[in-house]
Amino acid sequence: MTIALTINNLEKRYAGAQALKGISFSVQQGEFLALLGPNGAGKSTTIGIICGLVNKTGGTVSVFGHDIDRDFPRAKKQVGLVPQEFNFSQFEKVYDVVVTQAGYYGIPASVASARAEHYLKRLGLWEKRDAQTRMLSGGMKRRLMIARALVHEPKLLILDEPTAGVDIELRRSMWEFLREINRAGTTIILTTHYLEEAESLCKRVCIIDKGVIVEDTDTRSLLAKLSMETFLLDIAEPLAAPPALAGFTCRLAEPALLEVDVPRGRAMNELFAALDAAGIRVTSLRNRANRLEELFVSLVQGTLPGGAPAGAPIAAPAAAIAGGKP
Amino acid sequence: MNAFETWIAFQTIVVREVRRFLRIWVQTLLPPAITMALYFVIFGSLIGSRIGEMGGYDYMQYIVPGLVMMAVITNAYANVVSSFFSIKFQHSIEELLVSPVPNHVILCGFVAGGVLRGLMVGVIVTLLSLLFTTLSVHHLGIMALVVTLTAIVFSLGGFINAMYATKFDDISIVPTFVLTPLTYFGGVFYSIDLLPPFWQALSLANPIVYMVNAYRYGILGVSDVSVGLSLGMLLALAVVLYLWAIRLLDTGTGIRK
Repeated sequence: MTIALTINNLEKRYAGAQALKGISFSVQQGEFLALLGPNGAGKSTTIGIICGLVNKTGGTVSVFGHDIDRDFPRAKKQVGLVPQEFNFSQFEKVYDVVVTQAGYYGIPASVASARAEHYLKRLGLWEKRDAQTRMLSGGMKRRLMIARALVHEPKLLILDEPTAGVDIELRRSMWEFLREINRAGTTIILTTHYLEEAESLCKRVCIIDKGVIVEDTDTRSLLAKLSMETFLLDIAEPLAAPPALAGFTCRLAEPALLEVDVPRGRAMNELFAALDAAGIRVTSLRNRANRLEELFVSLVQGTLPGGAPAGAPIAAPAAAIAGGKP
Repeated sequence: MNAFETWIAFQTIVVREVRRFLRIWVQTLLPPAITMALYFVIFGSLIGSRIGEMGGYDYMQYIVPGLVMMAVITNAYANVVSSFFSIKFQHSIEELLVSPVPNHVILCGFVAGGVLRGLMVGVIVTLLSLLFTTLSVHHLGIMALVVTLTAIVFSLGGFINAMYATKFDDISIVPTFVLTPLTYFGGVFYSIDLLPPFWQALSLANPIVYMVNAYRYGILGVSDVSVGLSLGMLLALAVVLYLWAIRLLDTGTGIRK
């Protein structure tokens, strides 16, 4: 299988600080990889180096076999970047932003126009094509950056927190769009603070903290490292206090919503038997979302049993996850 | 990128630049027209009639080439410095940095934008001057070469300024404190032969004196300095500034972390 991206011993030193301490990983063609990490972990620096926005101080990067030191133009042609911050001219028209970007890749106007129309329509921006970009909503601006990143039809798409500040409905439609282009063959690397997003979209997760990779595995194996899984149970009759169920930890999220920690390996039947014995009728059951969030916190705090050794605990990982970047 | 793709990329940058200064023509094309019309009225018609002849021409005819050059210099510089700094400020420079466009093409594209605005303003000012005086062209080739090279030199200067600039103040310091005094003392309004020897010698250290005089030679056929030396200096300046600017782009000064 073709390797889309190879990063070897990548280093970046800023004045007085080492942002990347020799990270290595590779991405296969067609993969959908989540690159996770708390603020300042080195995710954006890594992406910046791959795309030519940051000068590396050591190591090698190659994109579809093109080394960025030897043939950066060819490597850049393979990559599309959706950055974290809006970085288009505020005074240009939506259509012009996309067509101009195609021009930078040497794509003739006739081809660029057709592609701009296709991607703007696909991302629901065609009606806004003559609007100045500053008139767009936050979600539209994010979609415009996706259209712009795709206009030269890259084989590797890198998205740096593409759904930050986007409402749930739009986020879901963007997920579906990303799944679709991944199925069509585009390799995708995604950084996100919404760990539910990584869990839902990515088959593989790479966690970076303080410039080193603390975990690089497939999402399913990573989730299997959870020693406990939490379920939310809607119960028929509200309770005043959480019930005492032997072997399970219960909390009342609301009078009629029970949160139960089920140790890995315990059968769900045992839980239901205990609930039955306590006279509690369950009307519905769901897994608590953001399971990856717990793992993430454990990994960057170095408390996950069997996990890769992590650096010193970070300042406020949970806040970083919940709130995104300041 | 192959030659065709490179040409498309260059064209894209130039079209974007031209579209930008045409879109904001009230800020880019109209002000020099108004400023220069005022110069023509005040210095040419009102005061000039009392000054009489200079260099064998009436004062109005004498200052027209200098005023055209002043407008070209200011506008070529302003176009590149403000356009490039603004894409740095808005981070839309990243659109270029992530693309495979070679640095030479980026530089040439922005310089071409500056040259086109400089020349467009030059044409506007020249047409305006015809409302006040008559002009004949002494040497079209020299006139065209000098004005184009001057626009290239100052576009490159604007580009270098924008590369180093980190805030808006930084893009107005050079035009205000360097370009304006050099232009006013660059023989736009007078022949340096009128100055005392010390000031005459000092004026010869001002590159704008050579540009203004070479252009004046192209139109009127008179110059205070050697036209050959002026052209050589312009070429040398263009080469040095080009190499400086391309070095800044290659190292990513001010644009890459």
